[in-house]
Amino acid sequence: MTSPTSGPSAGLFAVHPDGTASHGSRVLGSVVLASTALFLVLALVSSPPDTGGADAMGELVRIMYVHVPVANACYLAFFVTAFASGMYLWKRTEGWDCLAAASAEVGVVFTALTLATGSIWGHTTWGTWWEWDPRLTSTALMFVMYLGYLALRRAIIDPVSRAKQAAILGLISFVNVPIVHYSVEWWRSLHQQPTLTRADPTIDGLKLFTLLFGIVLGVLVYAWLMLHRFRMQWAEAQVEAKGLDVALAERRAEARADGGLGGSLDAGGVRS
Amino acid sequence: MAEGAVGSVLRDARLVAGKDLRLEWRTRVTVSQLLPFALLVLVLFAFALDPDRRILGEATPGLFWLAVLFSTLLAIQRAFAVETVDGVVDALRLSGLDPAGVFLGKAAGIALHLLVVEVALGVGVTVMYGTSPSGPLLLVATALAATAGLAAAGALYGVLAAGLRVRDTLLPILWLPVVAPLLIGATQAFAAAYEQASGSGWRWCGLLAAFASLYAAIGIFAFEPLLEES
Repeated sequence: MTSPTSGPSAGLFAVHPDGTASHGSRVLGSVVLASTALFLVLALVSSPPDTGGADAMGELVRIMYVHVPVANACYLAFFVTAFASGMYLWKRTEGWDCLAAASAEVGVVFTALTLATGSIWGHTTWGTWWEWDPRLTSTALMFVMYLGYLALRRAIIDPVSRAKQAAILGLISFVNVPIVHYSVEWWRSLHQQPTLTRADPTIDGLKLFTLLFGIVLGVLVYAWLMLHRFRMQWAEAQVEAKGLDVALAERRAEARADGGLGGSLDAGGVRS
Repeated sequence: MAEGAVGSVLRDARLVAGKDLRLEWRTRVTVSQLLPFALLVLVLFAFALDPDRRILGEATPGLFWLAVLFSTLLAIQRAFAVETVDGVVDALRLSGLDPAGVFLGKAAGIALHLLVVEVALGVGVTVMYGTSPSGPLLLVATALAATAGLAAAGALYGVLAAGLRVRDTLLPILWLPVVAPLLIGATQAFAAAYEQASGSGWRWCGLLAAFASLYAAIGIFAFEPLLEES
């Protein structure tokens, strides 16, 4: 991945002028695509249904092969956001801000997927789309918290001010995740018997391999999405920075083309 | 020297809190708007849940803290609305007051407003929902710890949203998920006090105190950069 501070560089990471793809990201994309096909075969066909123990999940275990990797990727994404936020506050370079923003956005998508797959699993296991399961509940709160982070980013126009405030919020939000998680867990454990414990049987062999493969694949998908989202964010920051200069230059060129009247406009433009 | 620094922070906090309370004394926004709002919420809960004493009685701890939460949102908005008009924030920064002191002062101001609201709500639920308070020590300790946490997190997120055009809509979605643990803790502690099973209540009360200390610490360090941007 390109260093956030260096921007597009030559070689493997040279970004195509009309997009966000580079040779490197295409290779990664191909690997992800091929791995996904293999993963689907493993998860849906090759691996056996879960049969061991009283709380065996049967065919439902296949949802876990998706659910666990996306949940893992969303925590990774928010960790990267927090790390990049901290680095921004230390280094004050735009690249870290872009990285934090891109990772939060990808993280929110993964969180939504985590909630969706968790809910689908819950519907078939518990018979309801939603249970006040500690993990489900705290994930929902985390989802809203990072939607708030993205909303704050949209609300501030000045790039430097936005980067600074978002970085502080990115750090605080990450501190919040465990607090919310443990308080919700404590809340549920005091009130009801653990009837809804997530089945966590000892898994082995092909099932374990499929799960680990899924987790690695989840991280790769995250990395691929991040390459593109980060470059987009970087390009947007460049446009934002250059936008005013470009608009001024265009206006001057227009004024010059208009002649006399334009001259006075030009002078006014410079003064303001 | 460290003692002197702490002293000056506390003095600044007292100045800011004093200013906010003086403003309140002259405008009486809390008394004339926040208190009626909180009581109105209690009435609305009764409409929503059917004025059956049993349901309201069982749900009292949660409804009480939910009403406090909504009132806190208004109190935070009020606390920072008075700073954003006429460039008062710039004046505050130029005044030489320690930002940590400004944070503690704002939080203390919000907390005092909230305590008034909580007393009114306490009388409200006793009279209107027919609950008889018990375990007074736990109730008071919980109220103090939860209020400190709400005010500290409120002052922190309040200044974050203060300078924005969309502050009124942004603040709830930023702040409410953060104080969700407070709502859980305060509700559980109150429920324990009402049921006279204070053992688990004190655990929750400890959690509330830890939350308050954490947010006070974050606010003391993060308030300066946030104040610069608001």
